[in-house]
Amino acid sequence: MNGIPVNNILFVSIALFFIGMYGLFTRRNMITMLMSLELILNSVNINFVVFNKYLYPDKLDGLFFAIFIITIAAAEAAVAIAIIINLYRSHRSIDVETAEEMKY
Amino acid sequence: MNLSLLLIVPLITALGILPAKGLKQVRAIAMAGAAVQFLLCGFLLFAYLQERASGNTAAFLFEDDYSWYAALNIHYHIGVDGISIAMILLTAFVVLAGVLVSWKMEKMNKEFFFLLIFLSLGAYGYFISLDLFTLFFFLEVAVIPKFLLIGIWGSGKKEYSAMKLALMLMGGSALVFVGLAGVYFNTDVNGAHSFDITQLSAVNIPVDVQELFFPFAFIGFGVFTALFPFHTWVPDGHSSAPTAASMFLAGISMKLGGYGCLRVATFLMPAAAHEYSPIIVALSCIAILYGAFATMMQTDLKYINAYSSVSHCGFVLLGIGMLTKTSIDGAVLQMVSHGLMTALFFAVIGMIYERAHTREVARLGGLLKVMPFISTVFVIAGLCSLGLPGLSGFVAEMTVFMGSWENADSYYRIATILSCASIVVTAVYILRATGKVINGPIVDKTHLSFTDASWNERLAAGLLIVGVLIIGITPFLLKDLINPGTAAIMTKILGVIK
Amino acid sequence: MSYSSYIALIPILPLAGFVLLGLFGRKYLKNASGIIGTGLLLVAAVLALYTAYHYFFVDGKVGDQYQSITAFKFTWLSFSDNVSIDMGIVLDPISVMMLVVVTFVSLMVHIFSLGYMKGEERFSTYYAFLGLFTFSMLGLVVSGNLFQVYMFWELVGVSSYLLIGYYYDKPSAVAASKKAFIVTRFADLGFLIGILVLAYYGGTLDIGTLIQKLTQQQSAEFLAISTASLFGVSALSWGLCLVFMGGAGKSAMFPLHIWLPDAMEGPTPVSALIHAATMVVAGVYLVARLFPLFTLTQASLTVVTYVGLVSALIAAVIACTQTDIKRVLAYSTMSQIGYMMFALGVSGYGGENGLGYTASMFHLFTHAFFKSLLFLCAGAVIHLVHSNEMKDMGGLRKFMPVTNICFLIACLAIAGVPPLAGFFSKEEILLAAYNSNKLVYGEALFTSGLTAFYMFRLYFSIFWNKQKDFHHHNDHGEGTMSMKIPLIILALCSAGAGFIHFGEFVSSDGKALESQFDPVFSAAPVLFGLAGIMLAWVMYKRETDKPQKVAASLGGLYRAAYHKFYIDEVYLFFTKKIIFNLIGRPAAWIDRNVVDGLVNASANITADISAMIKGLQSGKVQAYALYFFGGIVTLAVVFLYWWK
Repeated sequence: MNGIPVNNILFVSIALFFIGMYGLFTRRNMITMLMSLELILNSVNINFVVFNKYLYPDKLDGLFFAIFIITIAAAEAAVAIAIIINLYRSHRSIDVETAEEMKY
Repeated sequence: MNLSLLLIVPLITALGILPAKGLKQVRAIAMAGAAVQFLLCGFLLFAYLQERASGNTAAFLFEDDYSWYAALNIHYHIGVDGISIAMILLTAFVVLAGVLVSWKMEKMNKEFFFLLIFLSLGAYGYFISLDLFTLFFFLEVAVIPKFLLIGIWGSGKKEYSAMKLALMLMGGSALVFVGLAGVYFNTDVNGAHSFDITQLSAVNIPVDVQELFFPFAFIGFGVFTALFPFHTWVPDGHSSAPTAASMFLAGISMKLGGYGCLRVATFLMPAAAHEYSPIIVALSCIAILYGAFATMMQTDLKYINAYSSVSHCGFVLLGIGMLTKTSIDGAVLQMVSHGLMTALFFAVIGMIYERAHTREVARLGGLLKVMPFISTVFVIAGLCSLGLPGLSGFVAEMTVFMGSWENADSYYRIATILSCASIVVTAVYILRATGKVINGPIVDKTHLSFTDASWNERLAAGLLIVGVLIIGITPFLLKDLINPGTAAIMTKILGVIK
Repeated sequence: MSYSSYIALIPILPLAGFVLLGLFGRKYLKNASGIIGTGLLLVAAVLALYTAYHYFFVDGKVGDQYQSITAFKFTWLSFSDNVSIDMGIVLDPISVMMLVVVTFVSLMVHIFSLGYMKGEERFSTYYAFLGLFTFSMLGLVVSGNLFQVYMFWELVGVSSYLLIGYYYDKPSAVAASKKAFIVTRFADLGFLIGILVLAYYGGTLDIGTLIQKLTQQQSAEFLAISTASLFGVSALSWGLCLVFMGGAGKSAMFPLHIWLPDAMEGPTPVSALIHAATMVVAGVYLVARLFPLFTLTQASLTVVTYVGLVSALIAAVIACTQTDIKRVLAYSTMSQIGYMMFALGVSGYGGENGLGYTASMFHLFTHAFFKSLLFLCAGAVIHLVHSNEMKDMGGLRKFMPVTNICFLIACLAIAGVPPLAGFFSKEEILLAAYNSNKLVYGEALFTSGLTAFYMFRLYFSIFWNKQKDFHHHNDHGEGTMSMKIPLIILALCSAGAGFIHFGEFVSSDGKALESQFDPVFSAAPVLFGLAGIMLAWVMYKRETDKPQKVAASLGGLYRAAYHKFYIDEVYLFFTKKIIFNLIGRPAAWIDRNVVDGLVNASANITADISAMIKGLQSGKVQAYALYFFGGIVTLAVVFLYWWK
């Protein structure tokens, strides 16, 4: 692992972040949006791990954060999917645009 | 006696309604609460008269004063004089009658009675407040439930009307608050700011402050009393509201404004009142005549009564605007009289509507044949509205006229004569409605199956008629009751005229 | 027995009848209502007669002058220190006379109605309303306070409204009751403003005090009221003319008379009571009550004179053409009240000058008897024939002998044939007119001829002429005893009332006034009267075509009179076209569209503005995220590169 320059890893993480961002903004399908969100979170996870490794190799704070985020992401995914399923039941669709009763 | 009881009883009643089950329990609790409150108000009157008879000449009796929020010098300061007692009694009459006419409320009865009692809590609190902030607080309490009452239980364009009424009254409240805050921040009471009416009336509010903030307070309260041109919530609001809410709205809510104009605007800022008096007189004169003419063209019974309320409440403002002792007496008399009379009118219109499911004058006729009691009540309410001696309307209107005529200036004279002319127009619209609805042949054969008033309706109507008759036959009782209060206001006014 | 111990009972007994019958009559008393109402009124009438005896013969007179006695008084509502409404009972010659007249005529009507209204569905309500009316009228005549007059004035108006609209399911009756109330209400507006004017300058509402203050030429009040002026007319004249406007409305004087003929829609005994004998004389009574004030300004007296004169003439002309017997009587009432009015107008104050005043009151007194008699007879006729139209009647003298005689007596009385009551009073009026104004005298003389003509036209058409077919109705003959007795009593009064030396009791200043009876002067009015009767005899005794010929030869005048000179149409035009279409409708329209439109517009503008900016708050999470991200990028750029 030592052989990989930090820039490369950061490049991967940034790519991952913007791919997620792009997905989040452009997709109307909620599942895809959720997946994009996971990509963003994972890009952040990578950053945490990498910076921890390179800046403070003898501390574990970054790793803790990464684990923390993974946990929250799991919970978030559970809640989100529950909402999505409910939405699908009531609207027969998981397109975000169809759920607009509460608009204005 | 402890005035806070007047707030505690409705509060307990309202809370007691919440756990009740079924219409029977709910209305029994509401009825009991309203009846207890009614007796309590009677007792208050009695205690007040006794206190006065024993030589107590303080401006306000049964005062209580607790600091509520010391940082802003806000107090829970309560007390009553004759004017407040008259208004409190009016409230007691109308609320009791209102509960009675809603006896068979089917839809969401628990919430309905809760809101109705809650409204009365606001009104009682308003009339006993001697602190501008608590006064404003209770004013808001008495406004907001109306939105729900009309929006949920109303008829016709109820959402529109509820929204309009709530927005216009909130607008009025906003103006009131600007006025009150202006007075608060710009007056120095012993080195501090104060909301206290008694303290504010003791110091003289600077004239430039009065000039600036009187219009805010007066117009704000005026919106409640259907001051032209801010009266348009009245017809829509009244006609969409359920019967009891209409009664409360016209009987009490419109009086909140009149009371505020008198107690807050005129009493605290007499110099400005004097200065703006021609404008007030002009606006109220317009309201009186224009309201009366507009009534003439209405075809819906509730619209008729609502527009006639605009016209009649014009007399309240006219009386206040004329700034003579007699005219202010007349304004107070008119507030009480109109409150009872219009509540009676709305109650009887509600009774007719419940049976005929229409309020269109053209689709009603000859009801005297099938419903003699209700028709008689209708005629009595009508006659009171057109100012028949022996009923309350006459006393109040004549006092306003006599008082207005004391202003020798020809501008005021013309305004008085024009206002007098409204008695003819009133007769026209009342008799047209009566002649069509009560007299004449029956229009619809299905009306033959109508039943006359039930016991609760009879009781409600009887209660209000008794009120109207007491004022009409023995006006000196009410006049003596309010006399010290109006005299105190008059002293302030005379202090600035000279 | 002092007055205060019982006098209040006179008005209160009928009121008690109203309350009792109004509350319980319908359910519990039913047929007993008539007896209860009549009994209460009988007591009141006896008390009134006793009061009259006591006042006129025992203690009313101090020295040679009748005093005004305040039997009791309490402050009902005080406005300011001096100005207050006091409820009270004031006894003076005219109020005592009116007490007697009102209770007596009302009693007769009560008794008559026992038979006439028998079997009506709302029998008890009818008696309740009669009680209310009698109460109001009695309250009116005993008032010592201008505002008390006004209050009872309004009550009288309302009871007449209720009684005219008694047949409430008949649209014409409802319309007539509305018309009566609104027209008199309009007149009352004048009365009210007149009161305000007088009270303001006089500084009191008490009639006695007001007269006392204003008749002193040097008092501050008099100077103030006679110098203040509007359009060059003094405040005093304005005040009095406005008060007179109220009186003219209630007394059906031209041009406020239009309600009276329509008011005949009520039950006939009611017409006898209200629209002949009592309520319509309220206006005359009011002028008489304030007479010392009226004499202060010639202008107001002139108005009274000419309004009375024009009314007397116009009504007499119209009466000649009408075919509904009650309407003929209604116009004759208006005409006779016109007499009373101009008699007051030509009168002066005190001594011989006050002859007109005495004559007017005298005529009021005698007129009450014969006019109520006429109406009650008409009621009996209508009861038999079931029609108001003259053409359905004829030859009735065989079927109703008593009514025939009574009607004849009343007609002779109103025509001024000696020695019946009308002769004496009318002669005094003519004398007063002759002494003051020859034009008035001439016109009055002519009108008295017309009066005789139209009354006998009525009489001959009903009781003589050709007999019509009405046998199938004739199941109750002339009516019960309760209907005949009042007729006979009233006929006796109509015949005998003229012999009272009225001037001794009632005069403008309370001192006795000798009546000057001059046979030579009487010749002209009697001749005119007889000529009228002869003319009617020729035209209507038998069925001929003469009336049609005469009517045809008169052409336009006849048509105009038949249509009541189109005054109703003028009013209708004014109210329907001007008030409703030019004021009412625009007011309602403006309110809904302009005033309310502004309110709605402010709401709509707010809504429009928010609609414009609400696009930003789209509710789309992705859009929000994009804004958020864009914001962060912008901030990042700003902080990294510019914010150094």
